Amino acid sequence: MPDFNIAVREQGDIIIVDTDGYLNNVGGEIIASECYSQIEKGKKIFVLNLEKSPVVNSIGVSILIEIIEKLQDVDGSLGYCNLAPIVDKTFSIMGLTKYSTIYTDEADAINNLS
Amino acid sequence: MSKQKPVVELTIPVMPDMELLATQTSAAVAKHMNLDEEKTAEINMALSEACINAFEHSESKSEIEIHFKISDDRLVIQVTDSGKGFDKSKVDIPNIEEKISSEYKRGWGLKLIEELMDKVKFDSSEEGTTVTMTKNK
Repeated sequence: MPDFNIAVREQGDIIIVDTDGYLNNVGGEIIASECYSQIEKGKKIFVLNLEKSPVVNSIGVSILIEIIEKLQDVDGSLGYCNLAPIVDKTFSIMGLTKYSTIYTDEADAINNLS
Repeated sequence: MSKQKPVVELTIPVMPDMELLATQTSAAVAKHMNLDEEKTAEINMALSEACINAFEHSESKSEIEIHFKISDDRLVIQVTDSGKGFDKSKVDIPNIEEKISSEYKRGWGLKLIEELMDKVKFDSSEEGTTVTMTKNK
C-alpha cells in the first residue's frame, strides 16, 4: 500500500494541510479526519497543499466533497494549492471549483483567504 | 505485408491500489510513443479510473486484463473484467450540485474517463465488461 502522510500548520486563522502521497480513499479519509477535528475546534478555513500528491483518484477526491459539505455547515471554506495539472483538471471536471478554490501556490491562497 | 501493431498485455489482480501498476505501464507506453506530459497524465488518470471501476463495481473476483494497442496515430487501451456487467444507460451522470448534498458522493469514474480520453466504448454483458479507450497522438 502506498504511504499517505499529512503535516498540519496554522497561519493565522488558516489551517494548512500538506499532503504527501497517493490521494485515494485512504488519503482522503486521513485529510477528512484532520479537517473534522479542526472544525470541532472552531477552525473554518482550510488549504490543502497537494504539491506532493500529484496522483489522485476519484474516490479520494469524492471525500474532499464531503469536507466541502461539512464546511458549508459552518460557513467555512476550502482551497487547494500547488496542484499538478491533471489534478487541477480532475477537480474542474468533477466541479469542485464551484464550491472551493484552486490557488497557484500557498502565498496566493493565504493572500486571498486571510 | 503491413507491419503488425505492437500490443502490450498486462494482467493485474483485484487488489487495492493495483491501478498504480497499470499506470506505470501506460506511462512507459506513452513515453515509447513520445506522447506529451498532458496526454500521458490524462491516459494514466482514465486508466486508473477504469481499473477502479472494474475492481469496485464489477464484483469480479478474478484478474483484470489490460491491452495497450500502439499505432502511429493513437493509443487504444482495453480494460476487461469478468464481472457481472452493467447497463451504461442506467448510470447517472454525476454533477456536483447533487453530489454535494447526497449521501453517495462517489460515481465519477465514467465521467472522468469520457472527459479525458478522445473516444470511449463500453461492451458489457453478464460475462464481463470491456472498456475501450482511445487517445489520439
